[in-house]
Amino acid sequence: MKARVTVTLKNGVLDPQGKAIEGALKSLGVEGVDGVRQGKVFDIVLNGTDKARAEAALKTACEKLLANTVIENYRIEFVG
Amino acid sequence: MKAAVVVFPGSNREGDVIRALHQATGHAPQKIWHADHELPQGTDLVVLPGGFSYGDYLRCGAIAGRAAIMDAVRAHAAKGGLVLGICNGFQILVESGLLPGVLMRNAGLKFICKMQHLKVGRTDTAFTSAYTDGQVIKVAIAHGEGNYIADEETLKRLEGENRVAFRYCDAQGKLGGDANPNGSLNDIAGIYSDRLNVLGMMPHPENLIEHLVGGIDGRGLFDSLAKARAA
Repeated sequence: MKARVTVTLKNGVLDPQGKAIEGALKSLGVEGVDGVRQGKVFDIVLNGTDKARAEAALKTACEKLLANTVIENYRIEFVG
Repeated sequence: MKAAVVVFPGSNREGDVIRALHQATGHAPQKIWHADHELPQGTDLVVLPGGFSYGDYLRCGAIAGRAAIMDAVRAHAAKGGLVLGICNGFQILVESGLLPGVLMRNAGLKFICKMQHLKVGRTDTAFTSAYTDGQVIKVAIAHGEGNYIADEETLKRLEGENRVAFRYCDAQGKLGGDANPNGSLNDIAGIYSDRLNVLGMMPHPENLIEHLVGGIDGRGLFDSLAKARAA
């Protein structure tokens, strides 16, 4: 089983890296960009076939380590 | 004052802080490996030194904040024991939940390594009793992620409870504007826990303890600790 965890900054948290990327896109002439927020993606391989169990483990992983829930949100998806 | 300095893979300022503590207290602190589960018996002060624990992977201080030794550090703090986190040590303290808020990428995105003035907050703590109220000191900063951010409620609480230990200022003690190197809210350079026994700070007082290398304004912190006894 494979899962993808996406960690993003919560709304309202200043993201200077996202701002810099936004500025760089504009200077490259990429049109129509209104805002950029940078996040992280984790592709995780799990053993076993129990999806509920895997989801619980991933939630623990996110809460304990992958995300700093003071400033970040996370999303868990199962892929392939 | 019996001090223990925790060493994580990637810590690199442990030697500096050990030297500063040795100079102030007359005793060499003990080094503790991050995978240990216990602090030496009778430890009064735990120091989390600066550096780049785990190469700053994931988030600065995130992996070190979950290291085995941190349970012992948490228990030590819960008993009222003293904990000092400098630079990466401050990042580890916020990641481990021992201090509130978070340290984000510097507002200007650059790693900043320079001398910096700080205004000392309260001087009735174990960390600052050798300073005077509102004293301006000159120490070093060296960080890429020192931009202190907390939600409004946390910030209000820190200010209301007088828990801001140091603020960035200019040589005259003026806060704000260009004197704030990294965008930290309220010019915060260091904060205390609610019981004032845990201090996290981005600047490096341990590097300003000899005239030969730029000044001795950092000595006050270690002299304060030398006088202090754990509650």
